[in-house]
Amino acid sequence: MIEILRTGLLTTVQDLGRPGHAALGVGASGAADRGSLRLANRLVANVESAACLELTYGSLTVRFHAPGTVALTGAPCPAALDGRMVGMNGPIHVQTGQTLEIGMPAAGLRTYLAVRGGIDVPPVLGSRATDTLSGIGPTRPATGTRLPIGRAMDGYPVVDLAPVRGYADDVVLRIIPGPRDHWFGSAALTTLCSARYEVTADSNRVGARLDGPPLQRAIHHEMPPEGMVTGALQVPPNGQPVLFLADHPVTGGYPVIAVVTDGDLDQAAQLRPGQSVRFRPARTNLVTSATARHPLPQPAGPPALDPRLAPGT
Amino acid sequence: MRFLTAGTRTLLVEVGGLEEVGGLHESLRDSPPPGAVEFVPAARTLLVTFDPAVTTRESLSAAIAARRVSTTGPSDQRLVEIPVVYDGADLAEVARATGLSSREVVQRHSAGRYTVAFGGFVPGFAYLSGLDPLLLLPRRPVPRTRVAPGSVAIADQFTSVYPRESPGGWHLLGRTETAMWDLHRDPPAFLAPGRHVRFVEVQP
Repeated sequence: MIEILRTGLLTTVQDLGRPGHAALGVGASGAADRGSLRLANRLVANVESAACLELTYGSLTVRFHAPGTVALTGAPCPAALDGRMVGMNGPIHVQTGQTLEIGMPAAGLRTYLAVRGGIDVPPVLGSRATDTLSGIGPTRPATGTRLPIGRAMDGYPVVDLAPVRGYADDVVLRIIPGPRDHWFGSAALTTLCSARYEVTADSNRVGARLDGPPLQRAIHHEMPPEGMVTGALQVPPNGQPVLFLADHPVTGGYPVIAVVTDGDLDQAAQLRPGQSVRFRPARTNLVTSATARHPLPQPAGPPALDPRLAPGT
Repeated sequence: MRFLTAGTRTLLVEVGGLEEVGGLHESLRDSPPPGAVEFVPAARTLLVTFDPAVTTRESLSAAIAARRVSTTGPSDQRLVEIPVVYDGADLAEVARATGLSSREVVQRHSAGRYTVAFGGFVPGFAYLSGLDPLLLLPRRPVPRTRVAPGSVAIADQFTSVYPRESPGGWHLLGRTETAMWDLHRDPPAFLAPGRHVRFVEVQP
């Protein structure tokens, strides 16, 4: 059992989500940065899908009521076990009564705390993920919450430290145009792939709201609602794209100009408000008949920077 | 049938309309092609997510294109009634925009025989087709940040009931006490695709 002594902005229980219920309007949800959740579980030798805590901007203090092994992955936070510093991306052995204090990350947004055995709150529709859009899933941990630990183990921890990629200030995400790129003017994809977009403060697990040059539509009538995917860049009437993350709505009524590739979704989930992001077309042969009508900007070298958006100004 | 790309491992299959979506969804759900893992039916499209370790975009598209789809598939013939108090915040505005009186708006909405076309937006939110064409309005230009649960609303060619408090851009005509989503019920959604629905006016 672990006891929550203090939480930060948003702490939720997450696993790999509940796919398969979309036709009922229930999204998959689950960890926003799935790679970091998987890594945290592997470090404590859990099954990869075991439930962990997802911390937004870090800031969590927990007390352990049994000896065990834990691991921190994702956005790197300073952390101390009974006042002694412990590192990210490796197993940490804890004793009964010890307190783990996690600070705020210097880069990245979401940090994962895995406990050997997994967090064993009751599953809802087959998953322990917290869907902040639909309200499905466990109650949000708060000060005083005691979380039971399960037995979702798979072998014994063998790795001391996992190498991970760092968190760059300048994030470039690869996109695949479509499905509704033909609803936009021919300049829209070029704009999307050459400008910088800033992540705004009203971003959350549903989506990262972006601010930059508006993407102009060529077709202005209402779009019938259609299925949405994680990574979709949905463009509402103001032209400012929203990058859908883990808790995105199952359907949406605004056109999606492009979708971030699967391989870059974890990076997208680590974008923090105020940070800027750029997009470039993925090297792919997946050009549909619709996208073939618009020539794509080529991914050759970094796009020209708009001096107004350069860092430090 | 048109195949659009929606990211690394998803196809958006565009067909003629609601009936074709229903038929294709039923066919694929009942005997899924290898590698197809999830379907999201909507107004004119079926979103198909696949496992790239099992299939490719091309072979999945070919398998879907080869389906013979019935557009008059069996639907659930049971009729459910939803009692509604018609005192919605947008009733007068809908009347103005459609050139009807508020009374006529209520009468036309409650006279309709609706069919659940698909779900989405949030759990339990059902898009009901069969709206009187005179009530057809685009969504509100600026969505509300909070719509109360149980709000009965219309937008475009659909009507629906908001299952829980959420943002929403539809025109609010009234409210109901019938719970659209209850996790302690099996199935949790009150309205499943294919179900027939009518709204019955009740006094507050």
